[in-house]
Amino acid sequence: MSIAITTQFICFTVLSLVVIIGALGVVLLESIVYSAFLLGGVFMSVAGLYLLLNASFVAAAQVLVYVGAVNVLIIFAIMLVNKKEDLKPINDIKSRRVISTSICLTLLSLLIRVDLTNVWNLSSPQNSIGEESTIRIGEHLFSDYLLPFEVASVLLLMAMIGAIVLARRDVMSKDISTGLPVDQELIEKSSEPLLTNKN
Amino acid sequence: MNLESIPLQAFLIVSSALFCIGIWGLLNSRNAVRVLMSIELMLNAVNINLMAFSSYIDNNLIQGQVFTIFVITVAAAEAAVGLAILLSLYRNRVTVDMESFNLLKW
Repeated sequence: MSIAITTQFICFTVLSLVVIIGALGVVLLESIVYSAFLLGGVFMSVAGLYLLLNASFVAAAQVLVYVGAVNVLIIFAIMLVNKKEDLKPINDIKSRRVISTSICLTLLSLLIRVDLTNVWNLSSPQNSIGEESTIRIGEHLFSDYLLPFEVASVLLLMAMIGAIVLARRDVMSKDISTGLPVDQELIEKSSEPLLTNKN
Repeated sequence: MNLESIPLQAFLIVSSALFCIGIWGLLNSRNAVRVLMSIELMLNAVNINLMAFSSYIDNNLIQGQVFTIFVITVAAAEAAVGLAILLSLYRNRVTVDMESFNLLKW
């Protein structure tokens, strides 16, 4: 590695603090818009952690795909469904919170215990290919990981078609569940919710 | 402390904490968009794990980085389909409250 060890430690500490505090903000903040922008910050810091691990290509892919695509998609979804609504209170919310928090803390302590007690079989740093990793990833993708690479392209095509089909606006003249004619201009503001009275 | 580089355990602890925060958000969110964000957090925790192991244990072949790229691909596809499902749900039920999506409850 080329950066001095003190600089690496400072960068790692700052990036991990941003990751952890940002993730806590994502799940705890009231406003969903703040959560979405904090999520972008978390993704950027994770890309910084990848840079510390000598993986510039994956860091660039992380910034492009997560910050550039996924985060923007989430912000668009928030914009499309952002309606102020009063949530119905749940009667046993307290016990649910307690149980889920204790499960998460137990899992966290188990994971940290495994992380710290296990003896990892570290390889020697002089074998590291360091900055050559982009070349090595290209070799992997076109030799032993060629089939997963091609399957990933099919998966992306399927996801694209599926997303278009699912999110497409209905253009039927009749409502399927009620049989009433659909007002095409007000299709987003349907007068009554279609399925809420069924249960 | 006299260390050559950042210990592997530091990366593993950060990724464990991120994963548990993601699970907590998944279990406790009322807003469906926040549930999708929690899933993205968990996928990122897994990615940090793969990258740390690839850098410290398999630093010549770096198969973990290739796996991370595939995980990023699948995560992008999952986010697109998930948000499309969310929009379709919102169009049918006019809410994004997770407690009102109970058609599959038995």
